[in-house]
Amino acid sequence: MPEAIAPTTAPLPAREHLETLVGDILAEARAQGATAAEAAVSFGSALTVTVRLGEVETLEHHRQRGLAVTVYHGRSRGSASTADWRPEAIRDTVQSACAIARHTAADPYAGLADPERLAREIPDLDLYHPWTLSAGEAIELARECEAAALALDPRIRNSEGGGVATRAGLVVYGNSHGFCGGYPTTRHSLNCSVIAQDTEGMQRNHWYTVGRDRDDLETPVAVGQQAARRALRRLGSRRLETRRVPVLFAPELARGLIGHFVAAIRGGALYRKASFLLDRLGTPVFPEFVTIRERPRLPGALGSAPFDSEGVATADRDVVANGVLQGYVLDSYSARRLGMRTTGNAGGAHNLIVEPGPLGHEELLRQLDTGLWVTELLGHGVNLVTGDYSRGASGFWVEKGRIQYPVHEITIAGHLNEMFEGVAAVGGDVDVRGGIRCGSLLLERMTVAGE
Amino acid sequence: MTTDTLVLARQQLLAPAGLGENDLHRTLACLLDHAIDGGDLYFQQRRAESWGLEDGQVKNASHAIQQGVGVRAVSGEKTGFAYSDEIVPPALLEAATAARSIARSGGEARLQVWRSAQRPALYEPLDPLETLSANAKVRLLEAVDAEARRQDPRVTQVMVSLAAVRDTILVAGSDGTLAGDLRPLVRLNVSVIVEHGGRREQGSSGGGGRVGYGWFLDQDRALGHAREAVRQALINLDAVPAPAGTLTVVLGPGWPGILLHEAIGHGLEGDFNRKGTSAFSGRIGERVAAPLCTVVDDGTLANRRGSLNIDDEGTPTQCTTLIERGVLKGYLQDTLNARLMKAAPTGNGRRESYAHLPLPRMTNTYMLPGEHDPAEILASVERGLYAVNFGGGQVDITSGKFVFSASEAYLIENGRVTRPVKGATLIGNGPDVLTKVSMVGNDLQFDAGVGTCGKDGQSVPVGVGQPTLKIEALTVGGTQA
Repeated sequence: MPEAIAPTTAPLPAREHLETLVGDILAEARAQGATAAEAAVSFGSALTVTVRLGEVETLEHHRQRGLAVTVYHGRSRGSASTADWRPEAIRDTVQSACAIARHTAADPYAGLADPERLAREIPDLDLYHPWTLSAGEAIELARECEAAALALDPRIRNSEGGGVATRAGLVVYGNSHGFCGGYPTTRHSLNCSVIAQDTEGMQRNHWYTVGRDRDDLETPVAVGQQAARRALRRLGSRRLETRRVPVLFAPELARGLIGHFVAAIRGGALYRKASFLLDRLGTPVFPEFVTIRERPRLPGALGSAPFDSEGVATADRDVVANGVLQGYVLDSYSARRLGMRTTGNAGGAHNLIVEPGPLGHEELLRQLDTGLWVTELLGHGVNLVTGDYSRGASGFWVEKGRIQYPVHEITIAGHLNEMFEGVAAVGGDVDVRGGIRCGSLLLERMTVAGE
Repeated sequence: MTTDTLVLARQQLLAPAGLGENDLHRTLACLLDHAIDGGDLYFQQRRAESWGLEDGQVKNASHAIQQGVGVRAVSGEKTGFAYSDEIVPPALLEAATAARSIARSGGEARLQVWRSAQRPALYEPLDPLETLSANAKVRLLEAVDAEARRQDPRVTQVMVSLAAVRDTILVAGSDGTLAGDLRPLVRLNVSVIVEHGGRREQGSSGGGGRVGYGWFLDQDRALGHAREAVRQALINLDAVPAPAGTLTVVLGPGWPGILLHEAIGHGLEGDFNRKGTSAFSGRIGERVAAPLCTVVDDGTLANRRGSLNIDDEGTPTQCTTLIERGVLKGYLQDTLNARLMKAAPTGNGRRESYAHLPLPRMTNTYMLPGEHDPAEILASVERGLYAVNFGGGQVDITSGKFVFSASEAYLIENGRVTRPVKGATLIGNGPDVLTKVSMVGNDLQFDAGVGTCGKDGQSVPVGVGQPTLKIEALTVGGTQA
């Protein structure tokens, strides 16, 4: 066993220290002639270990600092960043940003968030739960996780390892409207990736668990066993003949599909007219039974934030109600370009929750009847301008609600508009491991290409 | 031209902190004190800028400086790693103490005397950010915008980005390696949206390399990318749904070489093969491609995006043959995996930054040219797909399944290229896709300098290339069943 060294992650600096730095940057920007400025100072610390075939493979200590500033000279702006917190580095960084702002064109929409939208109070959202485990303890957890996978079945013959990661960070943001706020967060995860082998070949699969609090994590044994089961069930994969069939997306992939929806209603895509969901506000995008809510202040959730990355207070809202698009995902700049108000989404959406339906996995397979259950996707074949969708896939062929055999080396293709309109069911089997929470999604029909 | 990059790297990275060779020795000795097999220090300073144009104006730009030192200790298959964003003696020792905790006994490594390899540089040690004035950068972006809009009234949006990075690195290893490199990298990208009859499509084009910004002004390159982006977008306006199913596919030359990167390259990286997790594991000497196919990974091409004078472990890059006339010849190695596989490092140990561990990675991966005229290849296809431009790709190295997504493709009907079809993902099996290659063109081209490869969360610039290729059967993921 390696010697146990110090706590897993370096202690966070005091928030007051980062607030002082933000104040120094804003003062320096003013001194160098900026009419407005915003700055963020960050500190992050992490420990990651991987164990492969019972032996430590890597032990990594991470500790990173950052400082970023955007200055405005009237409506012209410039940005600069560095990892150096010394006063001379602050001066140089502000100078770089100001030098850029002298060359960029005046942009009538540029500027800080409107003062009345900035967060007035910063509630504690329960996002900081440091995990003080030693490197030795982390290695033991990773070993336990991988061992559970290797022990599940003799066909689990090889491994890419079990891993543990624990991170803590603190970001303070401030701007020349007088806003300054920051809060610490933690994020811990366990993961495992193993390889199942039979006479036909090898199949790899993985599983992971992630949370703000170590108590939110699945056990190492559960993660290892799930990784092993997922690899084993892929053995004996066949191809399919080209056909059009209903497709059931597993929850972890359904989250990605909702991610494409979010990307298409982002302000940047809309004002550039680079979205297939242009001018769809107030119109149905999904069937009537689909509702998607944003809940930015859920205590302890992975996507929670009291304010967005320009200080705007976050608030609950419905993004889709009864299938109808209620709002976009906007920051101040894109909102001004669209003649709208920011939705507090500078930096992205915060806890987007697709309201779960009543059906569990088995019932969804029965509703699918005969078609494809997709459990893995490969590649990036999504065109958000046109909505065309075509990706590599693997999963299971299902007949009359029963899984027949695993399939691979196929693609699934369609148009995102039709795929969203064609949602036939939302599962109750919600995956909460990220900023988008969603159960399985059953889609009426897609083209499967194979032999 | 030979330039002593080590001297320059020392001046930039060590001199400001008052660090000398004694400090490097002391830190490495601290690592070895813990009975590890070896270790290294990786000093880096990265200066980067990016300028963006939209609505005809340069409205946003940013500048970033990143620097630090990564300390790695290796013991058998174990790696301990820590880094600091402060290049000062106490931070070095602290990182070394954290990194060495991986081992408590076993290694017998001894500190070796410094040795530095010197060879002609593949690119100039210039700072690309300084190769054009701020005014000239803005004017270049505006000229590209004007050129794109001038092409066609259906162009509704033009977005242009111009970026440069200067990386200065220095590697000091307990095996005596002491090497430095100054790596310039520039990149231009043009992306347009066209609109006609209520239909919108996009097109993009870009390029770059380990050169200064002047490269874009030479040979009309920057304006050429503007015209190319518009051409692609307009073609997509006429595209019909792509076919679904297994077809004969002809891949154009250049960037479609992403096929080789996904189907072959990743599966031949040393780490996966040492662990036996690649579909290519243990298959050296076997036939994995048609005899027409010879594939190499070459980090020594002058000024190319994927090239490096030395890799991030200080090993000089080289041209490594992966497949020779259809037979699997070799793997891509960093020092760790080479040692464990009792092979020689191939100069493919790369890392995103000082805050990441080195891994075996590709540089410029390409197929050597064959005999056929590209026109002859197209004429030989009765019904198929001709794919000339691609977006990204991905591979599952264990099952060997890989995808790459076409962004510009046409139907081939009776030997003639006919209608454009919408983008579609192509899927195949790495270990056998090249066995289905029936014709190789005489028109080897490299990509324009746009590739970025991701592995284990680390991004590094890479290049690809190939001649026109005919693959007898590949699955095309369109919507027309």
